Amino acid sequence: MSVRKWLSRPEFGVVAAVVAAWLFFAVTAGDSGFLTLSGTASYLAIAAELGLLAVPVALLMIAGEFDLSIGSTIAASGMTVALCTTELGWPLWAGIAAAAALSACVGLVNGLIVTRTRLPSFIVTLGTLFILAGGTIGTTRLITGRTQVGGLEDAGGFGAAQKLFAGQIGPFSITLLWWVGLTALATWVLVHTRPGNWIFAVGGAPDAARRLGIPVDRVKILLFMTTALAACLVATFQTVQFRGTDVLRGTGKELEAILAAVLGGTLLTGGRGSVVGAACGALLFGMVQQGIVFSGVDSDWYKVFLGAVLILAVLLNSSVQTRAAEARR
Amino acid sequence: MNREFSVRRSALWRVLGCLLALFAAACGRGERASATTRDSRERPRIAVVTHGQASDPFWSVVKNGIDQAAKDMGVTVTYQAPQAFDMVAMSRLIDAEVARKPDGLIISMPDPAALARSLQAARDAGIPIITINAGGEEARKMGALLHIGQSEYDAGKAGGERLARAGVRHAICVNHEVGNVSQDERCRGFLDALTKAGGEGRVLSVNAASPTDMQQKILAATRPEVDGVFTLGPAAARAALAALPSANRLGTTKLATFDLSPEILAAVRDGQILFAIDQQQYLQGYLAIVLLTQYAQHGVLPAAEAIPTGPSFVTRENAAAVIDASKKGIR
Repeated sequence: MSVRKWLSRPEFGVVAAVVAAWLFFAVTAGDSGFLTLSGTASYLAIAAELGLLAVPVALLMIAGEFDLSIGSTIAASGMTVALCTTELGWPLWAGIAAAAALSACVGLVNGLIVTRTRLPSFIVTLGTLFILAGGTIGTTRLITGRTQVGGLEDAGGFGAAQKLFAGQIGPFSITLLWWVGLTALATWVLVHTRPGNWIFAVGGAPDAARRLGIPVDRVKILLFMTTALAACLVATFQTVQFRGTDVLRGTGKELEAILAAVLGGTLLTGGRGSVVGAACGALLFGMVQQGIVFSGVDSDWYKVFLGAVLILAVLLNSSVQTRAAEARR
Repeated sequence: MNREFSVRRSALWRVLGCLLALFAAACGRGERASATTRDSRERPRIAVVTHGQASDPFWSVVKNGIDQAAKDMGVTVTYQAPQAFDMVAMSRLIDAEVARKPDGLIISMPDPAALARSLQAARDAGIPIITINAGGEEARKMGALLHIGQSEYDAGKAGGERLARAGVRHAICVNHEVGNVSQDERCRGFLDALTKAGGEGRVLSVNAASPTDMQQKILAATRPEVDGVFTLGPAAARAALAALPSANRLGTTKLATFDLSPEILAAVRDGQILFAIDQQQYLQGYLAIVLLTQYAQHGVLPAAEAIPTGPSFVTRENAAAVIDASKKGIR
């Protein structure tokens, strides 16, 4: 494993950027809480939530498709949990099961439309993004007359769910464990199993994959269901942690997840990418978002840094890879 | 090929340089509110986290009050707000501020349940909290010292009664911040008052980030029988003002709004808007800083659960007097 080989890995740029960002904020905001345990916990919590979305989104993008609907899937699943428990009096687990069923259906529908019609998934999932967003606001107002639902702590089984989805390990959120666990699982699937090879093949050379007898459509449909279920999982975290939800939860998360995946070296065109890279992309995102606050800069400026870091990391990635490719010749 | 790479590398350094320059500039801006003394460690540092969206002129006035008070009291203030109306992002901002251990924390609470955990962490760290603008009903339960703002339900009800007295029977309440309890409460109070007076109304959700969306939705919702439009902020009121003439409804449809801006006051003065409900949000920012500073330095505090800054009504009679202050970002 030479240095050159390491430099040409898709994760290289983002790992370098994470180290650079950490050093930068350690110097500029080290004395104001960035280096404390609670400060570290605060950006890791953001990274974990985004990472849980970015990992399946990276898998889907490697297979050559996009899912923009996850933002609204978060709102719809969270609201399903909240409405089932507060309005119907169901125990919390039943509410979570209903939300999981709903999001699995969303993923199935996305996958079926994309594979049957051959329309670009960017457009199809943009459509489902809007349908779910409007459906969530409309349904919630119809049933409750409000746009937020709270009071989940009275639902049956809340205590156990709180331990599992919103617990703390010292200062750290339990979502970190979920994030690390699911990233490891996804990495194993992608690198060491046959379905993992299929994912690369489906995104990199779809026609060849079909000729080889790889179930291209089934792979894609399952990946769409995975992203939707990940959105449901994140919605469950937030709903249990904040003991309620509103109809705008998750807005914009679809782009943040794609951003994290791209930071991690996943190509927009499919066929190449890394799950660990996507997880690191989410870490970078959380670090920049909270680092700005720690350095005492008005949050008005935060998107400037986010955009700059995005361009910088991708630039670093491509320049290093160009160099590595040249060195190989 | 090698030349291409060196071009890329110099571009990289250029981007990096820009980034550092920007950061330095932003750091300078962030400390703008502090006086020019060297010993900023000695002076109280107060953190403000609100839910105000950048596109909302209302919150600029709150921030002006905060900045002025920071100058007057000689304290360092940081102001944070999420990019959009997002309670999860807001709670993360509070977490980050709590980790920095400020001497006081000022927050708005549009969704108290969602922010409960972060506030608990602030209380556990022993940071005194004052809530402003939203969440007054829950302020005490959340462990805030006091709340500075107005009761939104009562304010909405007062607005509904006024419009009903002016003869409105079929109204729409335009909600530009879906998910904010305060806005839901305003519409609920408004519709309750209207129903009680024998009228009827409905809520219309619009997207605050897009004036075009607001204008066209209001236009579409203003059916022939609608004779009243009630907006919850100046941006939506501006959109309604733009929508009504194109429907030839200016004059037949009565318009009223929450909160002020120079254009809105001019429209009130010229009779296009019946009244604007003023909650004097400048005071919400100003007083919160003053009270927290006094509390941090001397441990003194007014013996009240809430300081009501509104509602008061700006009508045709007194609009002209308020316009100048509004242009300065104080009303």
